[in-house]
Amino acid sequence: MEITRIISIAISMVFINNFILSKFLGLCPFLGVSRRTQAALSMGIAVIFVMVFSSLLTSLVYVFVLVPLGIVYLRTIFFILIIAAFVQLIEMVIRKKSPALYKALGIYLPLITTNCAVLGVTILNINEFFVPGIPVYAGILYSIIQAFFGGIGFCVALLLMSGIRERLEFTDTPISMKGIPVAFIVASIMSLAFMGFSGFKF
Amino acid sequence: MEILYPIIALGSLGILFGVGLSLAAKKFCVSTDPRIDKIQNSLPGANCGACGMGGCSSLAEALAEGKCGIDKCTVVNDDNKIKISEILGVEFKKSAKKIATLHCAGGVRVKNRYTYSGIEDCTAVNLVLGGQKSCVYGCLGFGTCVKTCPFGAIKMSQKGLPVVDKGKCRACNKCVEACPKKLFSLTEEAYNVFVACSSRDSGKDTKLVCPVGCIACRLCEKACKFDAIHVIDNIAVIDYNKCTSCGECVKACPMKTIKS
Repeated sequence: MEITRIISIAISMVFINNFILSKFLGLCPFLGVSRRTQAALSMGIAVIFVMVFSSLLTSLVYVFVLVPLGIVYLRTIFFILIIAAFVQLIEMVIRKKSPALYKALGIYLPLITTNCAVLGVTILNINEFFVPGIPVYAGILYSIIQAFFGGIGFCVALLLMSGIRERLEFTDTPISMKGIPVAFIVASIMSLAFMGFSGFKF
Repeated sequence: MEILYPIIALGSLGILFGVGLSLAAKKFCVSTDPRIDKIQNSLPGANCGACGMGGCSSLAEALAEGKCGIDKCTVVNDDNKIKISEILGVEFKKSAKKIATLHCAGGVRVKNRYTYSGIEDCTAVNLVLGGQKSCVYGCLGFGTCVKTCPFGAIKMSQKGLPVVDKGKCRACNKCVEACPKKLFSLTEEAYNVFVACSSRDSGKDTKLVCPVGCIACRLCEKACKFDAIHVIDNIAVIDYNKCTSCGECVKACPMKTIKS
């Protein structure tokens, strides 16, 4: 495990390949939950949490079930099943053990079940860190790191957007552009700005 | 043979998750108060926020926990109040029904100071020198209250004044907050006497701009046998704790400002 590779994964996931602004995954919460900063932060933290643990689970299943049985082509179905079941379980556990955290995450935890960014990160892990057909154990660790920084990138984009939208509320926007339309324009400009990062090479 | 692996793997994973989740649901089950759902079914469901909570479900929770009484909800009707009281196991006390009352009778009879052409909204007009009407206390007539009322109880009349439909009004307080001139108040329906003016100008100034405004002549004070009406800041104010709705002040008022 090299420290330079971790750094390059971090910068790549947060800026260059940002899930929302470069890969256009998880746009639903990006527009739906970015109205207030507090909600955006809760959602971001929940996404980081779910991404890390579902990456761990899916890469374990990939290495120890899918590759030995030779059914790698079924990974999407397997991963969706795992993520959905995992989020359900987490929701039950949190609800029982920590009502305060449950209130803070609220509706966002079940929302993540159908978030394509979570499935996206697990598929991306497989494509990047695993050689087709051969189990690579170091890939599990890299998967978790990539998922963590992917989640951070998601959180950063959500926070930036919510900050802008909170200010947009007080600006003199034409009626026809108020709310979602102007948010889409802001999102596209942000996305263009993040495209600038793709010039970096590691 | 090849088809068997995916079927077995996916099937067993499905069974594993299914059984696991159903066991976990039993183990981590959180029991919620069953009364909350029942109470919520009896609440109006308008989510108007008149109770000060986030919505009807928040109020239902607060009611079940005993944090507040059913009186908090001004919208719910008596039948449902009785139902909720039964669910909570408390005695139901009938409280007087309140309705929104407009304290202005000017309308089109008050002349405009200037021609306003802009957003058709009282709040916006009010920002321009306190509105286009000669009387700076009176109704502007752009119907912000009509738009605000969640129950459709307020309509604009030909006279340029909003009229409250007593049957539809639920005393949710929305119009009281929305009116930039603060012309609405919630009064008990039983006491049907009210002062239809809010002008704090002196009698002379009021008479110049409005034919039906309170001129602070104090005839109502003299007419009242119960010491219930007083002129404060050039406007008659009724003390509803003392008022008996006898109607003497209505007869005495020379401007027909006090109405019943």
